[in-house]
Amino acid sequence: MSVKLSTRQVGDVSVVDVAGRITLGEGSSALREALRDMVSKNQKKILLNLGDVSYIDSSGIGELVSGFTSVTNSGGQLKLLNLNKRVKDLLQITKLYTVFDVHDDEAHAIRSFT
Amino acid sequence: MGDFSRPTTESVERSLDSTLESVDHAEDLAVGLARRAGFDEENLMKIGLAVRESMVNAVVHGNRYNTNKKVRFSASMSGSRFTVRVADEGEGFDYVNLPDPLTPENLLRTSGRGIFLIRSFMDDFHARRLEPGGTEVTLVKFAVSK
Repeated sequence: MSVKLSTRQVGDVSVVDVAGRITLGEGSSALREALRDMVSKNQKKILLNLGDVSYIDSSGIGELVSGFTSVTNSGGQLKLLNLNKRVKDLLQITKLYTVFDVHDDEAHAIRSFT
Repeated sequence: MGDFSRPTTESVERSLDSTLESVDHAEDLAVGLARRAGFDEENLMKIGLAVRESMVNAVVHGNRYNTNKKVRFSASMSGSRFTVRVADEGEGFDYVNLPDPLTPENLLRTSGRGIFLIRSFMDDFHARRLEPGGTEVTLVKFAVSK
């Protein structure tokens, strides 16, 4: 498996710890399914912890955007936590860094949900 | 950029199946060659991602996973020039009139960033139509000593 997703609940926020590669194939599909499942269960506050993501490609970036859009359209919020340099650089170069609400501290990120 | 103190001339060429495994394989081959040539980790990441995006385009959009179609992949280091070529047997792709993924109306599109990332990470990128069918892209990265 190229990516591992673990979900935990912190108050009313669903934190998804993502580890591994979010690339075309298993990685991006797993992320898509996880987010789709959370939206279908009406979870409105989702924090994606990308601290252990070793690799992301344009397909993975597309899944982040897709997840952001579907969560937002369902009235929820999707935020990002712990971007490493590689992921941060890619989001900056694609001008998506300012689209997402990005945090470095989990407790602060949890409190930021309204 | 890296340690290019050793003069390097090396090349690799493969005919690959139209699968995602071939994408991984081509990326590994290109990054391995670039590493031996002296590129640093930052540039190895850029080269790897650019090769991955090119291979995905060939396998997914060009050959459409057709098991009867191959992807020709080559990578070479000659002097200060690192060159990768990826050729598919697809219907052809318009690399010129691509929507700009950075404009506000395209920012939240879920696709269309691959070529942009290749252009951003490599020093040169161009594509040409092949006869009787297919597209070949060429990616170039120049070695510049620290």
